[in-house]
Amino acid sequence: MSLFATHANYWFAILIMMIGLYGIIAKRNLIKQAIALGIFQTGIFLFYVSMAVINGGTVPVWFLDEAGKKYAGPYDNPLPHCLMLTAIVVSVSVFAVAIAIIVNIKHAYGTIEEDEILNLEAEAAAGSEA
Amino acid sequence: MIDQAPVLLVVVPLLAGICCLFLRGQLLPWIWAQITTLAVLGIAIHLLFRVLNEGAVTYAMGNWPQEWGISYKIDAINIFVVLIVAFIGCVTTCYARQSIASEIPRDRHHQFYSMWLLALVGLLGITVTNDVFNIYVLLEVSSLTIYTLVAMGKTRDKRALTAAIRYVIIGSVGASFILVGIGYLLMVTGTLNLEDMARAIAALPEPERNRTVVVAFAFLFVGLSVKMALWPVHMWLPNAYGAAPSAVSALIAATATKVGIYMAVRFLFTVFGPDFTFLSLSTTVGQFTFSCSGILLTCACLGVLVTGIQAMQQRELKWILAYSSVGQIGYMVIGLALVNHAGLTGGIVHLLNHALIKGGLFMAAGCVVFRLGSQRLEDLAGLSKRMPITAAAILVGGLGLIGFPLTAGFISKWYLVSGAFEAGLWPVAAVLLTGSLFALIYVWRVVEVMYFTAPPENAVKVREAPLSMLICTWILVGGSVVLGVFAQPTVALAEHAANQALTGHAQILGLRPGASGDDPVVHDEVVP
Repeated sequence: MSLFATHANYWFAILIMMIGLYGIIAKRNLIKQAIALGIFQTGIFLFYVSMAVINGGTVPVWFLDEAGKKYAGPYDNPLPHCLMLTAIVVSVSVFAVAIAIIVNIKHAYGTIEEDEILNLEAEAAAGSEA
Repeated sequence: MIDQAPVLLVVVPLLAGICCLFLRGQLLPWIWAQITTLAVLGIAIHLLFRVLNEGAVTYAMGNWPQEWGISYKIDAINIFVVLIVAFIGCVTTCYARQSIASEIPRDRHHQFYSMWLLALVGLLGITVTNDVFNIYVLLEVSSLTIYTLVAMGKTRDKRALTAAIRYVIIGSVGASFILVGIGYLLMVTGTLNLEDMARAIAALPEPERNRTVVVAFAFLFVGLSVKMALWPVHMWLPNAYGAAPSAVSALIAATATKVGIYMAVRFLFTVFGPDFTFLSLSTTVGQFTFSCSGILLTCACLGVLVTGIQAMQQRELKWILAYSSVGQIGYMVIGLALVNHAGLTGGIVHLLNHALIKGGLFMAAGCVVFRLGSQRLEDLAGLSKRMPITAAAILVGGLGLIGFPLTAGFISKWYLVSGAFEAGLWPVAAVLLTGSLFALIYVWRVVEVMYFTAPPENAVKVREAPLSMLICTWILVGGSVVLGVFAQPTVALAEHAANQALTGHAQILGLRPGASGDDPVVHDEVVP
């Protein structure tokens, strides 16, 4: 129980990642696979961001107290947040490339169901041998 | 200016790649790309001499100290890979002009060469950087551009699209695994610098070292295996290499997976260290002992055998070459997993030799596609009469794949087999030789069709491929023969790199934190 209570954020991050991974493996629709990939990567963002948090942590900036003196509270590690900004950009780009290719697949094959595409390819291969 | 060489290696193609989007026409983007790749090759050669003369070259981005900023470090291992990528990039760009003109619509050329240069940015960047998150980002830069380049093969072969989407999904999952692994390492070490990370991991008390670092290792291991196409997670590779435009096949077959192998060497040997990776990680369950090196060897050996058999069953030249690539990656991984000097030398020298052989073979396949419009085996009938120079290139490259004496393939096989015997693993040596036998069979199938089958009676008259394509093909194929006869310089470089890999971790641990051992190249002045 305590392992769950103290590490709840990691459990949820892993859960979201596994939902995404399941979608990538189980779904035959290419758009759904791309979405599942996005969910998988979102789990990773959560994992990174939650690792930066400390108890009572705030933003890493100077505060002013009532006397006008500067002080800094305990703050969360900003580094993972910065890393995740980059990773979000990467994830969006991957999604964009995936969608662009899927649009082209729809034009070329007329479907975005993976097993139908595999059938079409198998037929094409059999046709060219005959 | 010349002191900035490590960063220029990445910045020059990056800026040139973006500018390339604004050029129009067919010739202009190509000239631009060719000039850029020549400049990159020049920088790489300059860095080679600096590494040979002064030892490792370090570069601190924006003059930030290594703990805070991104640093680049070029030592004996990565200069070897930088040279491969820069050289192959230069030759394939020269080759690409006519090959791509026939395979990509006219109005897409500026986009194609833009992606092409950005792919080189990613590949070179992964190689020179000393920062793990930088590795991830540049890995995605190279992967995203290569997905696009593969998908551009759709005008010739619409299987390129399905190959590309499969590559996107599997490749992104692999890269995400690497990202998770980096996350766990960041959590326990608090740094992103490769060397600081190595020191922090070695200094960790036992429980964390056994838990978090092992999990990080597992994620990185799987992610890297996907990226370097280690059997059985290689499923994205054959169709992507087969259906991509010919010049792209040549570029990525010769560089992308090589950079994956380089990353594996970096993480397994430099970050985790050979002792942790290959000794501490083994677990005994019942009477079986599982170790990292055992798993790598098993996957690599099975890969060599299974993909060898699959390559024999293919009916299209580029697919034969693609399946053979997975087997050849197996050879490099075997060299890495033997963890002795001879094996590692063989693995590293095979990076270069295979880049030359497979790059040349894919280029020759591209010549065939250029003239015949097809690369199915039955269409290759009588090729030795119709396109004698291309057919000869395929023959010589094929001999290299088999590991025939006097070709570069023989040199790497020699070191790998002696490494296997040194480690006392004769079954691995047997697999290496069986792999050569399989290569003999699938190369023979192609040679038989080309040399001993009469061309069909209704065959169209074809001329030999254009001169620029032939010259580039023969630079690589001929290079593999030259390096097979005069192997001394490359083997010396590879031995140097193998030494560095085996002893680098201990050297890093011997240094005090924050000092990199060599005088860092730091600058106060702004780049003019």
